[in-house]
Amino acid sequence: MSQEKPSVTVRFAGDSGDGMQLAGINFSFESALEGHDIATFPDYPAEIRAPRGTLYGVSGFQVRFGREEVLTAGDEVDVLVAMNPAALKRTLHLLKEGGILIADSDAFDAKNLRLAGYDTNPLENDDLKKKYKVLSLPITSLVREALKDSPLSVKLKDRTRNMFVLGLVFWIFSRDLDIAKDLIRRKFANKPEILSANLKVLEAGYYLGETLEIEIPKIKVSKASLPEGRYRTITGNQATALGLITASKLSGLPLYFVSYPITPASDILHDMARYRYMDVVAIQAEDEIAAISSAIGAAYGGAIGVTATSGPGLSLMSEALGLAVMTELPVIVIDVQRAGPSTGMPTKPEQADLLQAMFGRHGEAPLIVLASATPSDNFYMAIEAVRLATTHITPVILLSDLYLANGAEPWIIPDVNNLPKWKPHIWRGNGDYKPYMRDEETLARWWAIPGTEGAQHVVGGLEKEDVTGNVSYDPVNHEKMVRLRLEKVKRVADDIPEQEVTTGVPEGDLVIVGWGSTYGVIRSVVKQLVEQGYSVGHVHIRYLNPFPSNLQEVLGRFKKILVVEMNMGQLAFLLRGTFLMNVYQFNKVQGVPITERELMSEALKLLK
Amino acid sequence: MTGTTGTILKPSDFQSSQEPRWCPGCGDYAILKQVQTVLAEKGYQPHEVVFISGIGCSSRFPYYMNTYGMHTIHGRAPAIATGLKVMRPDLSVWVITGDGDALAIGGNHLIHALRRNVDINILLFNNEIYGLTKGQYSPTSELYKVTKSSPWGTAENPFNPVLLALSAGATFVARTIDREVKHQREILKQADDHKGVSFVEIYQNCNVFNDGAFADFTDKKKQPETTIFLKHGEPAIFGVNRDKCLVVENGRLKVVKIEPEGSLPGNVYVHDETSLEKAMLVASLFGPAEHVPRPFGVFYRVRKPTYEEQLRQQRDRAKEKMGEVSLQDLLYGDETWQVK
Repeated sequence: MSQEKPSVTVRFAGDSGDGMQLAGINFSFESALEGHDIATFPDYPAEIRAPRGTLYGVSGFQVRFGREEVLTAGDEVDVLVAMNPAALKRTLHLLKEGGILIADSDAFDAKNLRLAGYDTNPLENDDLKKKYKVLSLPITSLVREALKDSPLSVKLKDRTRNMFVLGLVFWIFSRDLDIAKDLIRRKFANKPEILSANLKVLEAGYYLGETLEIEIPKIKVSKASLPEGRYRTITGNQATALGLITASKLSGLPLYFVSYPITPASDILHDMARYRYMDVVAIQAEDEIAAISSAIGAAYGGAIGVTATSGPGLSLMSEALGLAVMTELPVIVIDVQRAGPSTGMPTKPEQADLLQAMFGRHGEAPLIVLASATPSDNFYMAIEAVRLATTHITPVILLSDLYLANGAEPWIIPDVNNLPKWKPHIWRGNGDYKPYMRDEETLARWWAIPGTEGAQHVVGGLEKEDVTGNVSYDPVNHEKMVRLRLEKVKRVADDIPEQEVTTGVPEGDLVIVGWGSTYGVIRSVVKQLVEQGYSVGHVHIRYLNPFPSNLQEVLGRFKKILVVEMNMGQLAFLLRGTFLMNVYQFNKVQGVPITERELMSEALKLLK
Repeated sequence: MTGTTGTILKPSDFQSSQEPRWCPGCGDYAILKQVQTVLAEKGYQPHEVVFISGIGCSSRFPYYMNTYGMHTIHGRAPAIATGLKVMRPDLSVWVITGDGDALAIGGNHLIHALRRNVDINILLFNNEIYGLTKGQYSPTSELYKVTKSSPWGTAENPFNPVLLALSAGATFVARTIDREVKHQREILKQADDHKGVSFVEIYQNCNVFNDGAFADFTDKKKQPETTIFLKHGEPAIFGVNRDKCLVVENGRLKVVKIEPEGSLPGNVYVHDETSLEKAMLVASLFGPAEHVPRPFGVFYRVRKPTYEEQLRQQRDRAKEKMGEVSLQDLLYGDETWQVK
């Protein structure tokens, strides 16, 4: 028996030590390689190894693949892998009626059932069996049996259970095992015994599918019609790292990357540190204050100074960002947002740092704020952040978030020769240099690099006299400088693309407005609404400060404006305050992405 | 005037057009003059030198130099200088900081810059008081000191900055004093000669809020009894009549009289700049001047790879392992596929 579907969602759930992320990444990559579009959502706890069997220790990896543009990781899942009762309890509500549930019956013992809060074994529940296609299999025993000749300890053997379910899922989707094997070979290249165990178990899982006496539907999904080109999969954090290195090459400026480890931004540091051979200097600072400060020092010295962090780190950087505004130096902060305030939920997504990025400094301290919309968009927005910083000579904050940072998608790799280069606004003249001389058009001050003869100057946090840069307490001069710094940022609007209606109709009844990782869900819902005959458009804002010059006009073409955010209405606040426009809000702050169903129902309320 | 590479400049060529705005009689003037002298003597050109400061009286320093400079925020100068020096090893980078800036708000950055051995010169102007905020106690103020923020006397012990720098892994550690201009100049020169991080504590008199804090060590009458000027390879002798010395007894330093005259005891302390153990031992002399002489000079000097050198090697190792990788190949990553 076989079913054909436009897209399918699979979720792997288990203990945080069960290797669910690895199984999910492997499956996602193979899906992309088979020609599907994909969207992934790794959902893991903050604890590295939470006590086994507990509800809070459940780690999940959700991947949706399909023949059409796959915009979100899916509201519901078609196939759920639950490695223990806690995983089942936490994720069963996501499984579609009639969906396939794969569970390790060996893990459903008295202790684990108690830890998950089950009185009886749910796998033996008749309702469950009626509602879903249940594959309750003694996976632990099957794995141990498959590895009976392996010299590995029982503990290590049990760790390969993720490969068993991966094999089984591969069988359900008639996938090619070779790619999975390649990935496993790379992962365990230096551990031959573990490698051979993983390969063996992967095959055991796959072939179990063939010999099972129960009927499992094999699911077929046709390939996506992606544009022609060479592809890879990419996560948001990977894209950011690659974007920064590309920006360094395009601008001809050396790259200084410095960061203090923080979830979910650390992977950017890991990538940059690995890319030392690309001439990037990558440093782990003693704290976020040192990170931004040393980035400022590097920028003063003529480099692109970049740091990456998350909300708490951005808070620590506030004072130094004020210095970067005052000294007008090109530093870039990448804020990979997570749920706050304070430590909040470090492994859950949220978009609640927008106003901090806009206003989180003392004094009048405007800077450029950008936000990427998809994982791969981080590549282009990182380049854009560097371009704007080094041509307008100002700090830039690029907002990403956990959902983008960890989510993966297929990415059409650009030809580097087609990426536009630019000329940084560096002082190379021999004339009389003054630190606050400005370009007439952009108001960017000239960036004079130490070592340049005759351009010696002092910059600093104290207010400076216009042009000369001498310390000044003159009241009128202070206001003039405040206005100049603001106007300089405002004029960036002349150097960024106009706002487009990303999806749907260019004018009409309703526009759904978003920024950051809500791109996928808004686009998907708007497409569906348009198909159903509604007059709806999607505006996704990637330039948050300054806004694109035509934003007000574009939004004004619609009767109603719905602003969708994973915060309490920060962009809505900015739009109202900037344009005095009436906007509706849809806000969700649960540390999980907004679902298509939720947004659809909100949109329909406004379309009635 | 601006120098052209190759010309020998005068100290005044390093002086900016800005009139220093320190209080008349401030010890900072003497240090400014000595730094300018050292730069001229060493043949620097103004555009090759950068001064990075934090916040505090001393941190106004960069404005008075005709070099590149950055007057930054409180405590962060070592971090800012680290970023600059890493990307620009060709520049001579100096950090000007004070006891509050370096040891209170900026303590973290200071110890990490020292630990990393960034090739910068850190001049800590220690006046044992907060001057710019008008007279609060600092991390180097002595216990029980009465200040505006400690009207009943402080309840905390001061840092010994030299000992702190040694423990943090500094590779050049020295102490000098504003009034001893020749000694100061010599120390500054050696600090700049040193490849790696140089930490120089300069006792600096604040004649407004803490006048005479170092009088015990600067008063010409008292000085011979209260100070020891360390010299590499030489025994630690002091006293008006050069009749006292330090000896090592049971692992501790002790002051003894040289008796009979001219005959040094066998266990006399002989300074060795290359010994961290000796440097820490002699740096630990930190008691009241009437009981314990205060050492000045170079405590410790050792050549170790600098942070910039280590980073260069790290890059070279990575390049050797990976070979030439084009940007396009980097973007491709490990696994790609073609859609037609």
